[in-house]
Amino acid sequence: MPQSSPSQHVALASARTVKEEKIYRTFGLTDAEYEHIVELLGREPNYVEAGIFSVMWSEHCSYKSSRKVLRRFPTRGPQVLQGPGENAGIVDIGDGMAVAFKIESHNHPTAIEPYQGAATGVGGIIRDVFTMGARPIALLNSLRFGELDDAHTRYLFAESVAGIGGYGNCIGIPTVGGEVVFDNRYQHNPLVNAMCVGLMTHEEIATGSASGVGNPVLIVGTRTGRDGIHGATFASAEDPHAKERSAVQVGDPFMEKLLLEACLELIATGKVVGIQDMGAAGLTSSSAEMASRAGSGLTIDVTLVPCRETEMNSYEIMLSESQERMLVVMQQGEEDLAKQIFEKWDLQATVIGRVTTDGMLRVLEKGIVAAEIPVSALVDEAPVLDRLALRPAYLDELDENGPLFVESEDFAEQLYALLARPTIASKEWVYDQYDSMVRTETFVRPGSDAAVVGIPGTQKAIAIVTDGNGRHVYLDPYTGGVRAVAEAARNIVCSGAQPLAVTDCLNYGNPEKPEIFYQLERSADGLSVACEAFKTPVISGNVSLYNESHGVDIYPTPVIGMVGLLEDRDQLITSDWKADGDEIYVLGDLERAQKAGLGGSEYLFVKQPEQALHYRLPEFDLKAEVALQACMLSLAKQGLVQSAHDVSDGGLLVALAESAIAGNLGANIHLDAVSGVERSLQYREVLSLMFGEGVGLIVITAKVGMTEALERAARAHEVPIRRIGNVSVSPVVRVSILDRLYIHAPIERLQVAWRGAIASWMRR
Amino acid sequence: MDFLAKIYITLKESVLDPQGTAVTHALHTLHYRTVSDVRVGKYMEVTLSAASTEEASTLIRGMCDDLLTNPVIEKYTYELVEA
Amino acid sequence: MKCAVIQFPGSNCDVDALKAIEETTSQPVDLVWHTARDLSSYDLIVVPGGFSYGDYLRAGAIAKFAPAMKEVEKAAADGRFVLGICNGFQVLTESGLLEGALRRNDSLQFRCEMTELVVANHHTAFTRHYAVGERIVIPIAHGEGNYYADEQTLKKLKKHGQIVFRYAKEHNPNGSVDDIAGIVNERGNVLGMMPHPERAIHSRLGSADGRRLFTSILEVWGETHAAIQS
Repeated sequence: MPQSSPSQHVALASARTVKEEKIYRTFGLTDAEYEHIVELLGREPNYVEAGIFSVMWSEHCSYKSSRKVLRRFPTRGPQVLQGPGENAGIVDIGDGMAVAFKIESHNHPTAIEPYQGAATGVGGIIRDVFTMGARPIALLNSLRFGELDDAHTRYLFAESVAGIGGYGNCIGIPTVGGEVVFDNRYQHNPLVNAMCVGLMTHEEIATGSASGVGNPVLIVGTRTGRDGIHGATFASAEDPHAKERSAVQVGDPFMEKLLLEACLELIATGKVVGIQDMGAAGLTSSSAEMASRAGSGLTIDVTLVPCRETEMNSYEIMLSESQERMLVVMQQGEEDLAKQIFEKWDLQATVIGRVTTDGMLRVLEKGIVAAEIPVSALVDEAPVLDRLALRPAYLDELDENGPLFVESEDFAEQLYALLARPTIASKEWVYDQYDSMVRTETFVRPGSDAAVVGIPGTQKAIAIVTDGNGRHVYLDPYTGGVRAVAEAARNIVCSGAQPLAVTDCLNYGNPEKPEIFYQLERSADGLSVACEAFKTPVISGNVSLYNESHGVDIYPTPVIGMVGLLEDRDQLITSDWKADGDEIYVLGDLERAQKAGLGGSEYLFVKQPEQALHYRLPEFDLKAEVALQACMLSLAKQGLVQSAHDVSDGGLLVALAESAIAGNLGANIHLDAVSGVERSLQYREVLSLMFGEGVGLIVITAKVGMTEALERAARAHEVPIRRIGNVSVSPVVRVSILDRLYIHAPIERLQVAWRGAIASWMRR
Repeated sequence: MDFLAKIYITLKESVLDPQGTAVTHALHTLHYRTVSDVRVGKYMEVTLSAASTEEASTLIRGMCDDLLTNPVIEKYTYELVEA
Repeated sequence: MKCAVIQFPGSNCDVDALKAIEETTSQPVDLVWHTARDLSSYDLIVVPGGFSYGDYLRAGAIAKFAPAMKEVEKAAADGRFVLGICNGFQVLTESGLLEGALRRNDSLQFRCEMTELVVANHHTAFTRHYAVGERIVIPIAHGEGNYYADEQTLKKLKKHGQIVFRYAKEHNPNGSVDDIAGIVNERGNVLGMMPHPERAIHSRLGSADGRRLFTSILEVWGETHAAIQS
């Protein structure tokens, strides 16, 4: 255990008050944690020190509840250049190029002040990426809100979207994709997860490490104010509404644009030793983490930190979460270089300290030591909790068989109703507010399976997606976890790209409840197994716990951000149908799809909202899924496919309708003999086939005459393939089984239902 | 002398104000039926020193014409108080 | 043809404009910093899209005071070509090089989408490779693109053929008067437009209809240049 004798000048005057009045409790530290701190320091911490410990040991910074769970994730692979532990992970894409990416949550700030909460979430993730030396080239957002029939939800939704757009548009990074899901489980606790992808050469990789004794430590960017003090603690608190609004930070995307350009210019000089974003817990966590990675110490004089407000004390300066700031360690003697570059961009770069060897984070204020803490005590000794996990009772009460529905319903009407569900409907209302085209490399804009962005100067492109289905994870944490990764990967291969790696954002309820912790653990197991299976290691991520409000926890919602590589941009596949006469096939096991049932499906939630959570999620065949995706990739590489679209929310009919709408083409589809036997199906089987979400399927189209080649490839991968019909120039989608016509839907009607749904809610 | 100028900028009457229209509509849905019109503008406080009120006035008018407003669509009024 | 793209703090379509001009005309293009004091050697100056100075106060209001804008005024007076795209259009109206003003979109929302434009005048240096009445697809991405000019100005714009692009009827995305998407000055050498031609230069970006705007400029420049040479 690191022992320290306090420097003679340490301001210990307040240490007694901190102890006697138990001030540490108001910082969120427990009595046991306080005792441990006393043990580590060999004395009682003063006010500033207690504040520093409290943020560093908060759930947000220390991952104390989740750290053990996170160790289960596979994090290595030949493509991984930087795994978890840095500001963002990095993967190799060949030719000396690499992409850095990460996803992060900003759920709690969004619940309080949606515009600024969402905006600063975007700002934070962008900084995480350019800190690594990468130029940000794409943003995605995974959002969850309550149902739109509630006025406050519409306010949260509209403001979050405006905030995301307001930040990303101004800074000039295209927002190329993401997802939005509406479910009342998120009504009082919306989720805003932002992902950023950056591009760099291998030589440009920078890290957040403070090494080299005597090297200067600089604070760059905006001046420090009192905003967001204790934001990190606040993110870990149970009910964000109980906290003051003062913890909300305000973002300045213009400032960040300047900071981005200045930092990339600075990193390109090769004189930067380490660089780190000041996110949660500001100067405290950035300095402690940088020193920790290098095994060094830092001495910082807070009197040198440029402040926006007057008379800020060392406690406030160390804990401020003012946005658009970075901590930089330069090579000795290169301070002026940094100053010059930052001046060009109308920014400040100020030396505030030096790197030391003694492993101490030392804070000076007017020559007096205001705090002196071993870095290892802040980082390595941060508590790791063994939370209790208990299998929730509801899991054993789920019904194996789906509900019985009365027959003779109008299938086309049911399809329109599904398409108009905000979760399934077109998100144009959202992404038309985002600049998705700036940088002129966006080949596939938001709204498709995966976004595709070109790598300038090469034939390459990357496919990017975020995916997650909290309802599935709730119904079966393990399988739900597996599915989350499988769906993300399936979206990537549908664009013709090879999945590379994962960043994950783990959004869960209160981990102190054993049932919630069980959800976290089991779903993490599922995620891990699937990441192994698809050879997509987890290279970065973020955990957001305590997503509960009024005692109700959100669905366990791991969101998977995945990046894939397309070697040749000309082999890009999109989901829209291309030409009259093209043949439509389904790749995957339709026979199983017909039996798997409706558990967890959107259809069930439309038909029986109260009962829908009572039915079991279908089993998931991971091995079959791996084969399916390998098969899809090989078809793509052979150029056999005209379009590909993954079957997910809403099931097969919705997938068909989406491709029809996107291509503005109709189709004649026959689902006869799916089971191999020519017989009429039971009603239950028809519903499962058309609306079930249990089985991994991909709808592809190909030019006439490809059947043999397609079947050969499918056989080689042991994947079932079946031709189900043709694309037709007549603007109607027809679906029949044997001689019964189930769907006769004009594209016009499909369009109206799908395209207008969200906008019509938002006009209220 | 130090002065505080309170500057009010609004769109000219001839220019449609979509924000004002939206706010009017929102107030109506909140049952403030007697609201007939809302115009949304900007308010600025400029602290400056000048030898006299007249000089301060001239300076403020200059700022408004040069930068603070776009005379094609906006108009302004201001109050000057000695700070 | 020597081309310059001005970079203000907050510009973000500067590199896109550079790439588009290079790709469509193969002419040399420089990025020039807003503090530049001599741009007399450039035949075409582009004021690019983005959020100059964060669009604080009003879009384009602060950028007009940059030293480089004095050079843009000189270029306009000399009859050299000036192209303002999106934020650049806003800067040009703020600085008085073009008439009218750009207000907040009537939807009050930022809009990014492909828009259909109608070429209203193909007798300009920027549009000779289009046909009058031709419908082209060029994307927009702006929150303040709602063009305004009073009745008198509007009459004048029409009289002199200064309206170059209109949004297709029923598809006006922002509330612009007379569906105006882009105008030139009376002399015809300064074009301001809200849509982004530099984003429409390849079918994989959704449209290649923007290419001809750049090739038009090159051709007109080539003719005048040849005339001077001979």
